[in-house]
Amino acid sequence: MTTRIKPITAVAVIFFLVSAIAPLFVSSWATLFALILAKGVVVLGIVLLLQAGQVSFGHAMFFAAGAYTAAFWGKYIGSGDILLYVVLAGASSTVFGLIVGLFVVRYRQIFFGMLNLAFSMVLWSLLEKMFHYTNGADGIRVARPDLLGFSFTPEVFQYVILYVSLLIAVAAFCGMQRYLESPLGHMLRAIKSNETRLEYLGMSARRVLLIAYVISAFLGGVGGALVAMIQQIATPEFGFWTKSGEFVFIAILGGGAHAFGAFAGAAMFECVRFYAAAHLADSWQLILGVVLIAIILYAPNGLIGLRQRYSHSRKGEH
Amino acid sequence: MNSTLAILAVLDGISYAALVFLVSVGLSLIFGVLRVVNVAHGSLYAFGAYLAATFSIKVAPVSPWLTYPALLAASIVIGVVCGGFIERFLLRPLYGRDDVLQLLITFAAFMIMDNLQRLIWGVQPIFAAEPLKLLPNVTVFGVNYTSYQVILLPVVALATLFGLRYFLRRTLAGAVILAVTEDREASTSIGIDARRVYFATFIIGASLAALGGALASPTTSLVPGMGADMIVLSFAVAATAGLGQIEGAALTALMIGLTRAFIIYLQPEFEVLVPYLLMVLVLLVRPFGLFGAVHVRKI
Repeated sequence: MTTRIKPITAVAVIFFLVSAIAPLFVSSWATLFALILAKGVVVLGIVLLLQAGQVSFGHAMFFAAGAYTAAFWGKYIGSGDILLYVVLAGASSTVFGLIVGLFVVRYRQIFFGMLNLAFSMVLWSLLEKMFHYTNGADGIRVARPDLLGFSFTPEVFQYVILYVSLLIAVAAFCGMQRYLESPLGHMLRAIKSNETRLEYLGMSARRVLLIAYVISAFLGGVGGALVAMIQQIATPEFGFWTKSGEFVFIAILGGGAHAFGAFAGAAMFECVRFYAAAHLADSWQLILGVVLIAIILYAPNGLIGLRQRYSHSRKGEH
Repeated sequence: MNSTLAILAVLDGISYAALVFLVSVGLSLIFGVLRVVNVAHGSLYAFGAYLAATFSIKVAPVSPWLTYPALLAASIVIGVVCGGFIERFLLRPLYGRDDVLQLLITFAAFMIMDNLQRLIWGVQPIFAAEPLKLLPNVTVFGVNYTSYQVILLPVVALATLFGLRYFLRRTLAGAVILAVTEDREASTSIGIDARRVYFATFIIGASLAALGGALASPTTSLVPGMGADMIVLSFAVAATAGLGQIEGAALTALMIGLTRAFIIYLQPEFEVLVPYLLMVLVLLVRPFGLFGAVHVRKI
């Protein structure tokens, strides 16, 4: 176990270092890496639920909740602060996740996914139709916030938000590693392998799943606020089912078995989108679809699984 | 709300329900037999609509009546070509693997088809109202309405409902499908080719989605994003009814269609909210759907 995880941790460290340093040389990468890290944080929540064998096809609701928390503050209360937005978004999505979670953790598999989808579509239609409060499909502009009282020019701001995202991503990644190795994390995996046995051991599977669900909602909200600040807008599209599908896609792309899969997947996803959109006009979705099919058919454990398979065959274990 | 508006709302609701039923019954059938939620179902609907529009624009100058066979041809072409491709090359390698992967590969198909749709047919709205204009208007309790929407669409939906019932419960091919649904291993051991059953079922389900799209094409303008909207709506209907429930899907489609139509006249801003709110409420109380039971007979 340890020999398998250590190289991945090394890769993770390299990845975080690269995302800290590379944008200093190419300024257009600042936003790209910030997006990768912010989305990685959201996908971390999906990976967490995947440990329990559950797939939420409605997780974009927490992403949207976080983004709109920042947007509403800017619209109704006034100028904001990056940290304030992150904290508020984390708090609101935690509460929201707790409320929704109390209902959805009673179900498994397709019913879990279905109920999540239903809740997220309710939120989406409210965001889309409550025109007076949300500006409907146009969304709400998120003005560039300050950080601890300092305000920034757009050029500096993209680096500020990059490093804030990086800190949050590293913290979330380390926290997730610890959580998955804790008794609670092992119980979460037990839901996937044998839920009945977990109950026989005297644990409440629902409570274990609820804790994981609320954490993943929190991560979704924080990531949502970051993306809203990076793109300076929050739209109902943030909560549409295709967004939820995108997050699950990224998790599978990277590999759901390890926390770093979230970031590996996000990096690949955003890079393909960034470069395909620049060079191949309107076909990035097509390319991503083909990539996804190739991954599912030939490397179902994701990018991380590929690496593992390679190192296993090198050691002659397979 | 006066009586004219009420009748108008009922007629709107019925014609809308007929279209939604066609799409969601296909989704439900595929889930019932293959245990796969086909995320690309909405794209099959959109492709059906676009191809039908293309066909009917081509044949309309020859004779406007040819647009009807064109609609049918378009839905069969899409069902067989796209549906067949998805089942044969994407889903088949994944049977017996993780459910997530099966769901996600249809999501990949959705992404690809969504993109192809924009590349092939562009982003400008397309209109092809020829079949709608061909049939005369009818007057129902003093309300003037197109007979395409209040007669043809419900008739097609009812024919599909009873046709599917008859097919599944009274014919040998239907019995074979039910056998595979009930117990794949046992049916394979008595010589049924389960893979062919899956293939055929998927094509039937895909054709129904495309038929829904083809029949919808004269009544609405075709725009990008119509597939993404339709898949969640049809999924809401199928899940509210209980996945795999055919008659249930018809009743739920009618219920959602009528509620939505009345909401449009009373509180238009809540139009999109209705199906999803209903879905949440039903699933919270009955996760197996209104018409599903814990151990349901799947079709």
